[in-house]
Amino acid sequence: MSRELFRFKGGVHPPEHKAESTSRPIHAAPLPKKLVIPLRQHIGNPAKPVVEVGERVLKGQMIAAADGYISTAVHASSSGTVAAIDLQPVPHISGLPDLCITIETDGRDEWVAHAPLDYQAMESPQLRMQLRDLGLAGLGGAVFPSAVKLDPGASHACPTLIINGGECEPWITCDDMLMRHHADEILQGVAIMRHLLGSTEILVGIEDNKPEALDSMRSAAAKLDFAVEVVKVPARYPGGGAKQMIETLTGKQVPSGKLSTDIGIQVFNVGTSYALARAIHHGEPLISRLVTVTGHVLRPQNFEVLIGTPMHTLITLAGDRDGTTGVLMGGPMMGVPVPNLDVPVVKATNCILVKSKELFPPLPKALPCIRCTRCADACPAELQPQELFRFAKAGDFGRAQEYHLFDCIECGCCSYVCPSHIPLVDFYRYAKGEIWAREKDKRAADLARERHEFRQFRQEREKKEKAEKLAAKAQAKRAELAAVPAAEGAAVSDADAKKALIAAALARAQAKKTDTAPKNVDQLTPEQLHQIEEIEARRTKIRELARKPLESEEKKP
Amino acid sequence: MASPFILDRTSVTQVMAWVLAALLPGIATYVWLFGPGILVTLSLATVTALAAEAAMLKARGYPAKPFLADLSAIVTAWLLALSLPSLAPWWLIITGTLFAIVVAKHLYGGLGQNIFNPAMVGYAVLIVSFPVQMTHWAGPNELTSVHLTLAQSATVIFGGDVPRTTLDAVTMATPLDALRTGLLQQLTVDEVMTHPIFGHYGGVGFEWLAGAFLLGGLLLWALRIISWQVPLAFLAGIWLTAGFLNFYDAGRFGPPWFHLFAPSVMLGAFFIATDPVSGATTPRGKLVFGLGAGFLTMAIRTWGGFPDGVAFAILLMNLCVPLIDQYTQPRIYGGADKEPRT
Amino acid sequence: MLAAIGVMAILAVAIGLVLGWSAIRFKVEGNPLAEKIDAILPQTQCGQCGFPGCRPYAEAIAKGEADINQCPPGGEEGVKKLAELLGVEPKPLDETHGTPKPKSVAFIDENTCIGCTLCIQACPVDAISGAAKQMHTIITAECTGCELCLPPCPVDCISMVPIAEDLPHWKWKHPVVMMKQIAETEDA
Repeated sequence: MSRELFRFKGGVHPPEHKAESTSRPIHAAPLPKKLVIPLRQHIGNPAKPVVEVGERVLKGQMIAAADGYISTAVHASSSGTVAAIDLQPVPHISGLPDLCITIETDGRDEWVAHAPLDYQAMESPQLRMQLRDLGLAGLGGAVFPSAVKLDPGASHACPTLIINGGECEPWITCDDMLMRHHADEILQGVAIMRHLLGSTEILVGIEDNKPEALDSMRSAAAKLDFAVEVVKVPARYPGGGAKQMIETLTGKQVPSGKLSTDIGIQVFNVGTSYALARAIHHGEPLISRLVTVTGHVLRPQNFEVLIGTPMHTLITLAGDRDGTTGVLMGGPMMGVPVPNLDVPVVKATNCILVKSKELFPPLPKALPCIRCTRCADACPAELQPQELFRFAKAGDFGRAQEYHLFDCIECGCCSYVCPSHIPLVDFYRYAKGEIWAREKDKRAADLARERHEFRQFRQEREKKEKAEKLAAKAQAKRAELAAVPAAEGAAVSDADAKKALIAAALARAQAKKTDTAPKNVDQLTPEQLHQIEEIEARRTKIRELARKPLESEEKKP
Repeated sequence: MASPFILDRTSVTQVMAWVLAALLPGIATYVWLFGPGILVTLSLATVTALAAEAAMLKARGYPAKPFLADLSAIVTAWLLALSLPSLAPWWLIITGTLFAIVVAKHLYGGLGQNIFNPAMVGYAVLIVSFPVQMTHWAGPNELTSVHLTLAQSATVIFGGDVPRTTLDAVTMATPLDALRTGLLQQLTVDEVMTHPIFGHYGGVGFEWLAGAFLLGGLLLWALRIISWQVPLAFLAGIWLTAGFLNFYDAGRFGPPWFHLFAPSVMLGAFFIATDPVSGATTPRGKLVFGLGAGFLTMAIRTWGGFPDGVAFAILLMNLCVPLIDQYTQPRIYGGADKEPRT
Repeated sequence: MLAAIGVMAILAVAIGLVLGWSAIRFKVEGNPLAEKIDAILPQTQCGQCGFPGCRPYAEAIAKGEADINQCPPGGEEGVKKLAELLGVEPKPLDETHGTPKPKSVAFIDENTCIGCTLCIQACPVDAISGAAKQMHTIITAECTGCELCLPPCPVDCISMVPIAEDLPHWKWKHPVVMMKQIAETEDA
């Protein structure tokens, strides 16, 4: 294999800590008593529940359906009863709860009826709908709905398909273990991707710190009837980032603000490919994944885990130790601190990293920025982090955007190398959040302005119409009255005519008042009628109450 | 606090400590060739800088410990001390250091906030205010009949009673000063260069000092504490400007190697112009910054009122940094080849 | 002398013509300054500034009839933006016009509402739906939180509910890295 490789700019070499969790085989984590399955596990709209509390569900049964194009379904990871559909803690940096479906498992692990799909015989859009309903999302970390990514679109074909086995984050080994033990199935998934995207060049990028995975993937690729090039790439964080992997393998850069498909390249994680193979060849939805449990535990290893399993069961399984200082979901560079250990494993959970004082010493206090530009040297997005920091800190978000804030991939390289130990990425996340919030406020303000202006226009129009109508009516009435006195003589004066008009109007108003009855009251049950009476009684009472203070006030002086 | 949860081992303290370490070859050469007087100047500047830093931190309500430990005040003190004449009086050293730390550093907001290099501000203030005292350079041992001991140097610096004849025997005009004075007297460069102070490339002794600073600078570059752009561009700026002038009229303008092998140039190129706080940050910006500083140094040496122009050149370029940075923003990953300016 | 006067007169006429022509050629519709000010105002249409809506307030600022610190929903940040736009010094909010409150939406208690339609008439953005003698409801997505529906309600069935922070609305806080604060916690 003598493929020319390209070097992406920046990057760092943190200690790898991969060997800890690769020495033990993959274990299947036992079935927990309770599964908490969040509805927002992917990018896009959260799934909509399609089951009710108390309903019995089977393993693999869809419990929430995709809502819209960029969304994907969620499934029961095991058989049991839906115990609740409510807000539960989820693995998110905010620590806020989110809507989840809780299933009490019955221990029978009974599958719903499922069958392999003959993907070659199916129409592509139909196949993608199936994949969306099977809950497929990118397992590399971004959890973008796979069905969307597998659509090459009408205008652009996708000649190059890259399978990302980079796994550059320290500590994480789930992709490594998957490639070592399930290389054939990963490549079955690749065949399906190739079919859907019409790719002609297929590259598998694996960092050189995973020789076993490289061997296993290479021997599996040799058995295929189409060409898959397994490429060894130098290990450097964040070399497993999609954009970096693309540059390393092809020398091309994804244009700023565009997608890789715009330059004819699509990237999938090896885990996604494996899940795709399971979905097509076995009809299994995405209900489990490999999770590395490592760090400050007795037996660091990889588990096959059902989505929704509480994280503490995995830590107990790996052997929890004293002196734990926190738990991360993901690696040390981009991972998210877990608010509590009851949170479930979700589709994005690639690693549960238990921290200790020795492995993760508390970060030193920050000093002011000395503009040394080490961050700029380390930035794989080739930004000027020191300038972005200055703008974000000062709240100058416009300038931050001019300096390409939104090209930041939040890889953490800048914070990692900063000699002043400034949490730079936190500032970028803050600035991005503020910009998004402001855009939202702006849209809300624009809507309010539009509605207010329309209201004013409507009021003007109504006023005008009313005036016109009144004028026309008065004209008509006067003509009518003028016709009558002609018979009765000139006894009725103009003033009398006006009086008659007012009297008529009053009578009309009275009639209208008594006429007005609530709508939709025909064909009601006696209970409902009774309820209405009650409400009416309450209203009269309130009206009296409302009148009383006025009367008492009037009496006072 | 969120990700990342691990850090590289480098710290500001470490960076500053390496800068100090890289100055040691220069200081050793200084002592060897010009006598131990510089040690007195260095110590006095260091003590003053630390005291001023501590006082300013307290006055501004900042913790003293982390900021004194970052060693940045000592770096400023040493750079200023090495720029001063080695037998400058004590009050000159203290005034310059105080100005550097109090005004140029802390009144601008402390570490990381100063737009001018503090050591150079201190130097500029002194040379403008006390031009006579700023000529008290000890000549190289090779050329002077009297060699001062550490105690004698201290006596000179602290204004003790030293016979006038001793002082005159020790101090000498620097090579740059000699060249300047000679040229002002309508002598040609070749005629001036017959003066014993001129050595192979620069001045006797001075060229070795320059070499020692260069060595320290290369160490900093090897450790990636400084980038190559600024020193190279600075040296190139001097060499090209001096070379062009010398080519134009060798009789009126000194040879480029002579201009390059001045200690102030090497110190400026590797230790002062590379100050990240007051320097340009983008790769192309660093080149512009260095070239500009080199050109201005030569311009001031040739047409200005001072024998050397490194300090003023760097201060002037400090002034241009925001502009340089804004117009030299590099292309980002996936960015257009030509960035539209906003 | 005569020549000088002549030249001046010709100049005056020429410049006048150019100015007149540009006034027609580059005519700007409406009041661009009021437009820009209106874009900064939060469009709550609450009237706390003393004007019947954001637009009239914007026009008043543009004419110099109102100060820039009369908009509590815009907050200090709004004042700062207005000051920047108008090139004046920012000033603290005028408390007589109210103080900023957390962003809220109105909520109608369905058990108490008598269907009087008074709130519907008061709402500046038509964010209340309902008809006479029918229960009314706030269209939460369109409510600006102006509180104008509160006073007319005869039964006080409308309350302001602060928008709770949930996951889709959560955002990153400003990371606090202030050396002074670190020093204090270390010393303590």
